[in-house]
Amino acid sequence: MKQLVCISRTPETTANIALNGDGTDIQTDGLNYILNPYDEWYALVRALELKEAQGGTVTVINVGGAENDIVIRKALAIGADDAIRVDAQPSSAMAVAKMIADATKDGAYDIVYCGKESIDYNGSMTASMLAEYLGLPFVSYASHMDVSGNTATIKRDIEGGTETVEVPTPFVLSAAKGLAEQRIPNMRGIMMAKRKPINVVSPGEAKNNAVVSMYELPKGKGDIKMIDPDNMEELVRLLKEEAKVL
Amino acid sequence: MARTDQYEGHDYYGVDALLSEDHLLARDAVRAWVKQEVSPIIEEYSERAECPKQLFKGLAEIGAYGPSLPVEYGGGGMDEIAYGVIMQELERGDSGVRSMASVQGSLVMYPIYRFGSEEQKRKYLPKLGSGEFIGCFGLTEPDHGSNPGGMITRYEDDGDHVILNGAKLWITNSPVADIAVVWAKGPDGKIRGLIVEKGMKGFTAPEIHGKWSLRASITGELVFEDVRVPKSNILPEVAGLKGPLSCLSKARYGIAWGAIGAALDCYDSALRYSKERIQFDKPIAGFQLTQKKLAEMITEITKAQLLAWRLGTLANEGKASPAQISMAKRNNVHMALEIAREARQIHGGMGITNEYPVMRHMMNLETVLTYEGTHDIHLLITGMDVTGINAFK
Ligand SMILES: Cc1cc2nc3c(=O)[nH]c(=O)nc-3n(C[C@H](O)[C@H](O)[C@H](O)COP(=O)(O)OP(=O)(O)OC[C@H]3O[C@@H](n4cnc5c(N)ncnc54)[C@H](O)[C@@H]3O)c2cc1C
Repeated sequence: MKQLVCISRTPETTANIALNGDGTDIQTDGLNYILNPYDEWYALVRALELKEAQGGTVTVINVGGAENDIVIRKALAIGADDAIRVDAQPSSAMAVAKMIADATKDGAYDIVYCGKESIDYNGSMTASMLAEYLGLPFVSYASHMDVSGNTATIKRDIEGGTETVEVPTPFVLSAAKGLAEQRIPNMRGIMMAKRKPINVVSPGEAKNNAVVSMYELPKGKGDIKMIDPDNMEELVRLLKEEAKVL
Repeated sequence: MARTDQYEGHDYYGVDALLSEDHLLARDAVRAWVKQEVSPIIEEYSERAECPKQLFKGLAEIGAYGPSLPVEYGGGGMDEIAYGVIMQELERGDSGVRSMASVQGSLVMYPIYRFGSEEQKRKYLPKLGSGEFIGCFGLTEPDHGSNPGGMITRYEDDGDHVILNGAKLWITNSPVADIAVVWAKGPDGKIRGLIVEKGMKGFTAPEIHGKWSLRASITGELVFEDVRVPKSNILPEVAGLKGPLSCLSKARYGIAWGAIGAALDCYDSALRYSKERIQFDKPIAGFQLTQKKLAEMITEITKAQLLAWRLGTLANEGKASPAQISMAKRNNVHMALEIAREARQIHGGMGITNEYPVMRHMMNLETVLTYEGTHDIHLLITGMDVTGINAFK
């Protein structure tokens, strides 16, 4: 089985995000980056588990500059066999999906994984667009998957329950929590990753149909009001008039 | 209920830019491992003064035993800086957990790798690297701590065996160890290393109780009463005190990095607490006296990080002298202990509880200040190095 896992680089979950002056972009100075957890913990690990059980290869692909090599190397340390880096700045989900499709359309991959979203822009778009560009079926938010022969049985979390779908390979899925469990790379994996190839390829043509016009940060939290336990009326008044929850 | 570990690294001078991709990956991996395996349980084990033995296997799986030894002998094939950052992250969790790994890698695997026969290497190293065997290192004796050269543990010739008699004290891992690398004087009066196996007749390893420091690391004695050890278990390639001392150099090097981890955890906790704790209507981080403490902490941590990085670079070139290692061990451990004490104050009364890691680090660091050469002994090493005059005796 040939498997492909799309991986992205995102700011650390605890990063303090600041915007530039006019709010059109995020300040990247001093940000620490990680491998997007949905790609790493769920998509990549499930692909590796299937490879361990059924053989084959796991390739990871990323769209980005050389600064992304460290997160690609991490994916290799966790166990991917090789990597492709499309040498372009990831400007939109559509462009990324198109570039990945161009770079992999002749790869004959049986399963193509994305995370359900990247934890920075939370777009949840790349996977479905990629499926469209590749002309493959798409299953979103997969939280469990078994593969037998050419058929995958996938559970998806839906409102109030789960849905089970069957899909023939090849297909694209987006991985949600539950699909697998995080694997921490060990020192041996890190050393082996140094010898695995990262194939850098030039991007195909891609254009952005949607352009971000502005970002806004959430408003700061209000002050805490302390109310005397004997003054219940004041509490009720504030809950009604200011918090507007009653 | 275990607290969630909110630790974040601190790199005030951008020292990370001096590290390579595999150093950063190694650090992140061990940090993640510590958050997953160590932080949730360490306060409880420490409180019970119990060694979390399950971590011996986990440390092997992550690759914390002898990371800078060659892969063919059970090591990780990494460089000395990688070894350093691994020790730093382990000690960020707990000095006792770091000790479990330092002893196994630097004090047991390293002497066998460096001074052992090919047969000894093949027999023991892969099993030590995989955690199937736990090892310990016996140098210190009840009456010979800072002066190990005066040891009285000795062995006599007995055909293809030797007969070992004596006792070692303060031996990390000894009660759970499968093998002990024991330093003893032979019939010629020279110190040699012997591999003593659990189960050899006359060999016992009772546990030492009542420690207020390094409580999650098990410590014991090694007692030898007419133990017959095959001659093939003697490390052939070294005689004299330089054998054990070269192992200690390796371990001390790791401690110089490790102590930074303990300091960073205390600083990180103090910084967060000081921004959250309100007194006199403002966060205590807003008072000059608290800022003085925090500013001095990060200054000292930054200096220690640069010292460790430079020492690591020298070690990678094979140029780190024992005296340079002594300086870094002494400076960085003392720095960490001072930071633990200041951080404890910033946490106020909460600082003495197991809600925060600070008091545990502080108590642990009292051992780290003393073992692998005491604070004062390392000062005397530097003194001897710069003056050429031995002030030990
Ligand atoms: C928890 C723990 C784990 C340990 N693990 C191991 C282990 O795995 N293997 C092992 O072999 N050992 C181990 N040790 C032993 C450790 O290395 C010794 O405790 C240390 O070397 C000091 O020896 P000592 O305790 O006998 O103190 P002493 O040597 O008696 O020193 C007492 C004090 O006298 C000072 N002093 C001694 N000589 C001089 C001098 N010439 N000039 C000035 N001051 C001097 C010392 O600095 C110290 O302050 C461990 C110790 C502890 C506490």
